[in-house]
Amino acid sequence: MALAGTVDHVDAEPEEAQRLAAEARDRVRFEEDALALSDQVYRVARHIANSREDADELVQETYARAFRSWRQFQPGTNLRAWLLRILTNLNIDRGRRQQRAPQMQPLEANDYFLYDRLAENGDGVSDEDRVVERLSQDDIVAALSAVPHDFRDVIVLVDLGDFSYQDAAQILDIPVGTVMSRLHRGRRILKRELAESALEEGT
Amino acid sequence: MNDPCAHCEEMMQPYLDHVLTDAEMAEAERHLDECEPCRRRYRFEESLRVYVRKAAAEQMSPELRRKLAALRIPLE
Repeated sequence: MALAGTVDHVDAEPEEAQRLAAEARDRVRFEEDALALSDQVYRVARHIANSREDADELVQETYARAFRSWRQFQPGTNLRAWLLRILTNLNIDRGRRQQRAPQMQPLEANDYFLYDRLAENGDGVSDEDRVVERLSQDDIVAALSAVPHDFRDVIVLVDLGDFSYQDAAQILDIPVGTVMSRLHRGRRILKRELAESALEEGT
Repeated sequence: MNDPCAHCEEMMQPYLDHVLTDAEMAEAERHLDECEPCRRRYRFEESLRVYVRKAAAEQMSPELRRKLAALRIPLE
């Protein structure tokens, strides 16, 4: 017992040093884990932001904040969702979500009109993959950016970022039911935009 | 009058999101097995999603990658 007491006394200082070293290790690991996700974070950020420049800034601000407040992250929870939550909050705080006037046009009553429109112009092409290819990459990027933010954020998180409805609800701080209804409406808006650009090109 | 194609359409998004119950899934598939127009439309929607994902995927610049790495807090 006397021996143990002596050891405790001797280790008093190194204990603090060990604690600091362990914390430094945790922090380095956090930073590495966060950086390993940066491609995935960027892919989502690119379409939550209005331009490539905005996305670059937003991702930098997100990482700066994440590195400062890494202690608030609970290990074992979803780091990618945590980073995206910071990012979407920053996007709102900075007023980057210039809201377009609410869309007043009624939405198409069914989910199939884009297919119907592309297929009817397609000389009887029957392969659905080829029907899709009548849309150019530019059409798609432009159509996405034309979707109002509330809807676009949900589409980007779920359809491009592979987040579950639940994760998207947590990231955006809205109920799951709202995620589902925005997704439903947002996808139709996206398809309407795509149908319009396909029509303009006369394809 | 109950239109099976209209019902099938309602199930399309949740079907592709994998959030239908097993029973609903089986119901949708039963209809898809026998209805070519619905089957085509489901397939189109599925390829559209894949295509949008691919078209929207942009890489970050090497410069941004460097900037992010430089944001790390140096060890004391």
